[in-house]
Amino acid sequence: MVRGARIAFGERVVADDLTLGFAAGRTTCLLGRSGVGKTSLLRLLAGLLPGTQPSRDVAYMAQSDLLLPWLPVIDNVLLGYRLRGNAAALRAAGPRARDLLGQVGLGSRLNDLPQTLSGGMRQRAALARTLCEDRAIVLMDEPFAHLDAVTRLELQDLAARLLAGRTVVLVTHDPLEALRLGHEVRVLSGQPVRAGPPIEPDGPVPRDPAAPGMLVLQAGLLAELRAHAR
Amino acid sequence: MRPLITATGLLLGWELLVWLTGLPVYMLPPPSTVAVVMVERLGLLLEQASWTASEMVLGLVLGLLLGACLAIALAASTAWRRWALPVVIVSQAIPVIAIAPLLVVWLGYGMASKVAMAALVIFFPVASTLYDGLRRTDPGWVDLARTMGASPRALLLQIRLPAALPAFASGARIAAAVAPIGAVIGEWVGASAGLGYLMTQSLARGQTPLAFAALVLLCLLGLALYYATDWVGRRLVPWQPTQGD
Repeated sequence: MVRGARIAFGERVVADDLTLGFAAGRTTCLLGRSGVGKTSLLRLLAGLLPGTQPSRDVAYMAQSDLLLPWLPVIDNVLLGYRLRGNAAALRAAGPRARDLLGQVGLGSRLNDLPQTLSGGMRQRAALARTLCEDRAIVLMDEPFAHLDAVTRLELQDLAARLLAGRTVVLVTHDPLEALRLGHEVRVLSGQPVRAGPPIEPDGPVPRDPAAPGMLVLQAGLLAELRAHAR
Repeated sequence: MRPLITATGLLLGWELLVWLTGLPVYMLPPPSTVAVVMVERLGLLLEQASWTASEMVLGLVLGLLLGACLAIALAASTAWRRWALPVVIVSQAIPVIAIAPLLVVWLGYGMASKVAMAALVIFFPVASTLYDGLRRTDPGWVDLARTMGASPRALLLQIRLPAALPAFASGARIAAAVAPIGAVIGEWVGASAGLGYLMTQSLARGQTPLAFAALVLLCLLGLALYYATDWVGRRLVPWQPTQGD
């Protein structure tokens, strides 16, 4: 829940008196064009903007995988535990990290360095790292934007399955991605930014891109995004 | 193969130049004479070389340590940075060769003054490259670590420092290239052993070929130090892709 948020960088006011609610245990997709302030909003939620403190129950997944090139995949997944320096918690999280890497299809690459993985594999490792943190809220900033169309589709399926039950806020500029993953989709537009009314497509996530109605909804969202052209 | 041909060509040209101009040996000895002296006085040369090599290696290690500590201290604390940075910069504005005699007065004619000299010319490139590396951490990594609840100490030791290792490796390469300068300047100003000492002694006695032989060894030492550092540096950052050779 965000109430009366204000984000400004110097003269540029990104958000003013913005109020947004996110349903617990569900995925909310914030859809908007580049530059509308999606990332700023997500950074606000993550407590990464100046003057805010990172929240204890938030895991953050960014556009790039942010894997540390000097750590093997398994240690990258356990990064949070390594950074917090609690040896007992790190040991206890080991089996969970292995299990998650197995679920994202990297069970045989535990000890490889990230540079030996493909882009899709790296993003899957980043997803495993995000999940390994085991936080109630997961914030995702266009996590699949860099991938090719098929890999993106596969990763969306994987993410929807593994993130089930968590409160997820995912920002994206891709209407199809929002419709596939979001229990609720909200269009962001304007300056300062405003959120449109919640759109709740039918059916469970991840939705089939070929399902009837998806194309119509997608066309509608595209038209709405275009209407908000600056 | 190519460097070998180039070297042979240069040596032949040098030999030919001496032969054609008839320059006296004390001005420019031909490579053949230098080679003969190298073989004849090999024991002496190696003894002096081992002295200089120890100074260079010790100076390099000390300089790397000092430079790394300084860079980490500068990156870790803003307050400390405001006090220390001007001092560091001023210390580099003093020409090293001007301090050399002082170091000899303070630390004596032995190895200590040369090690200090080498460390003094080394620590600045190391500190400044590593400090740059520490400041240029990918902001995405910093954000990620903050959401994970990392302390500033964990962020420095586990993310910023490893991320700066490639910069440190390039600083160490520069350091290895300048380490011989420090050691030899120290020996020139006042020493009782070493290749620089041997050079000044033999030049004063008109034994120019011996000075040249010492110079050749100095050159080889410098090359060896550089490539050894480069080799270690590459192993330190195996994730850093290297293009070309």
